[in-house]
Amino acid sequence: MNTLNVTVAITGMNAQPDNPGPGLAVARCLRESKDFSGRIIGLGYDALDPGLYLHDICDASYLLPYPSAGDMAFLETLQSIHRKEKIDILIPCLDAELPGMVRLTPRLDELGIRYFLPTQEQLRLRNKDRLMELANIAGIQCPEIKAITHAAFFTHCEDEGWHYPLVVKGLFYGAKIVNSIDEAIHAFHSIASEWGFPVLVQKMVTGVEYNLMALGDGQGGMLGEVMIKKMAVTDKGKAWSGVSIFDESLYEASAALVKAVSWRGPLEVEVMRDQQGQYQLIEINPRFPAWVYLSAGLGRNLPLALLRLILDEPLGKFSPPDPGVMFIRYAHETIVPMREFEELVLSNR
Amino acid sequence: MSENSDTTAKYLHFPKPETLHRLAISENGFVFDPATGNHFTLNETGVCILRLFISGKTLQEIFSILQESYDVETQEMERDLLEFSSMINEFLGA
Repeated sequence: MNTLNVTVAITGMNAQPDNPGPGLAVARCLRESKDFSGRIIGLGYDALDPGLYLHDICDASYLLPYPSAGDMAFLETLQSIHRKEKIDILIPCLDAELPGMVRLTPRLDELGIRYFLPTQEQLRLRNKDRLMELANIAGIQCPEIKAITHAAFFTHCEDEGWHYPLVVKGLFYGAKIVNSIDEAIHAFHSIASEWGFPVLVQKMVTGVEYNLMALGDGQGGMLGEVMIKKMAVTDKGKAWSGVSIFDESLYEASAALVKAVSWRGPLEVEVMRDQQGQYQLIEINPRFPAWVYLSAGLGRNLPLALLRLILDEPLGKFSPPDPGVMFIRYAHETIVPMREFEELVLSNR
Repeated sequence: MSENSDTTAKYLHFPKPETLHRLAISENGFVFDPATGNHFTLNETGVCILRLFISGKTLQEIFSILQESYDVETQEMERDLLEFSSMINEFLGA
């Protein structure tokens, strides 16, 4: 197979230990592959995103305006970066930027930047408020979810069968487990102020969390799946350690989800295995997870496979599933001269 | 087997054969279930009993084999076996 010599721009270079973005792990998968000899452009939203300073992984780094600044602000910055770096491929790695990127695909086409993204409708179908609908299509169980716009719901929710503890979620991000009316109302206002309305309430499922990441080929096929059981999580519930597994029923449920929407691009399926051994769908993330480096460790380098899909290159064979391989995350410090920080703050690069 | 064996047989539930057959058991007694990611460790006796479960032997056969190998009262062995099977089921999420 050909070595890929392309310039790839990757977002999500934040790496806070309790909730790292996936961008750095995606970049690391490419950088460490013998089949990739191109350049990597790290894109972040904060001058303290550490991936922007890791020169052994990113050949160049830039700051983007936050998605809330609007599509045009993002496009103008991207055009400016593209003029300097000649980006061949863009891999967005954060949930909040996906809708804008999908809206901008005609402009990306004009710029000659390639991508492999879901459609607006596919994105809408995996929205948290439509998860039950999607789960139903795919034949997988899903805890009940309700969109609410008033905190008063929590004062009488038990009369309607919504018993505490409940999970209060933002439409795009954020989730808090609440055990009482007071906690619920506080979480409602906190999430609404950060992520807007509606706020979602999900019935709590207890059990063990399992995740699957894969690529959807856009024609109903699921490629290169990697499944894990989370072994340790951060305070925010993010995987700190995990072990690869292979479970036929999780594979089939996820393949059914991908097929149901002909998913195009990377995705992560989050499920909870309840006390009866049934999988309950919790979320679908439209991007690689932060633990994507495990895919490279298992011989199923999904970021590299994504590049091959984009470039219409043959994918080759993935290594067989290999249960029992662990990852353990760690945090370390990188040393940054103040002038580099200054340059990013002042000139976005 | 003792007079209580019927009770033992009633309460002793082996994990499903498909669950038992997929287990990876290391020589040090580390057991890993590749479908669930669950893991636990067993001592030498535990490994021996788990392998007997996996071999598909009946409860009667397992008793006979264990009695040949270990100097333990029958009732005590039945109690231990019940406790062991319950623990294995719990670990495997069966």
